[in-house]
Amino acid sequence: MELLERFASGDLEAFEALFRQHQKEVYAWIVRIVHDSGIAEDLTVETFWRIYKARSRFQPEGNFRAWARRIATNAAFDHLRHSRRETGLPEDLPCADATDPGIRRETRDRIREAFQELPAKYRLVATLALIEEEPYNNIAEAAGISVALVKVRVFRAVRILRKKLNSFGVEVNANEQ
Amino acid sequence: MNSEENNLELKDLLKQAIPPAQDKELRRDLWPQMLRKLEEHPAPALHVPWFDWALAAILCAVLVFFPGSIPALLYHL
Repeated sequence: MELLERFASGDLEAFEALFRQHQKEVYAWIVRIVHDSGIAEDLTVETFWRIYKARSRFQPEGNFRAWARRIATNAAFDHLRHSRRETGLPEDLPCADATDPGIRRETRDRIREAFQELPAKYRLVATLALIEEEPYNNIAEAAGISVALVKVRVFRAVRILRKKLNSFGVEVNANEQ
Repeated sequence: MNSEENNLELKDLLKQAIPPAQDKELRRDLWPQMLRKLEEHPAPALHVPWFDWALAAILCAVLVFFPGSIPALLYHL
């Protein structure tokens, strides 16, 4: 019996084999969304827990990698939704301008604050599209939405960020059409 | 709608404030943690969604309160 068939029928050894094959990739995807290695580890385990629970719904001829990524994105999204206020980006986030004084610390804090206040669905796509520069079709596939909807969400996220940053006194060119 | 070029300045600011994840490498095997979670929360062998239970309850109620519907139901099966 194939590995995926054994997994779908509840074989724990098959699940372990799939876990070991895919844990790095799932973790790497989640850490790009949450930007915190500890949280990404927990969410990787949560993702595989959801995968194991839903094993009977998995079609063995399907694409496990894509399915796992979709579930990982949902787990990360749930985290963003529930942790929006309590926890944000880690304080010790590395700074791109450590050597280049491109923006001041205060401005950087304002940007982080504005970004954190975005609704989770916008923050998810904005993180992947604007910060991680992930292609729209990858984001769409992972989030289970259309490419057009990804573009709309990025557009709205940018609009909200511009407004918020302008209200904070951070100059960003508003060249919307 | 905004073109991607129009987002460049904001993108640049964002990336300075929130740099892309740099450490994307998983440093340890998470399987022991996974096993602990599986032991703490064993997954049910069969999960029946709540709406299936609701449908079954409605069907039972119909059969109990309107027994005349049983022949009609059997006819359509």
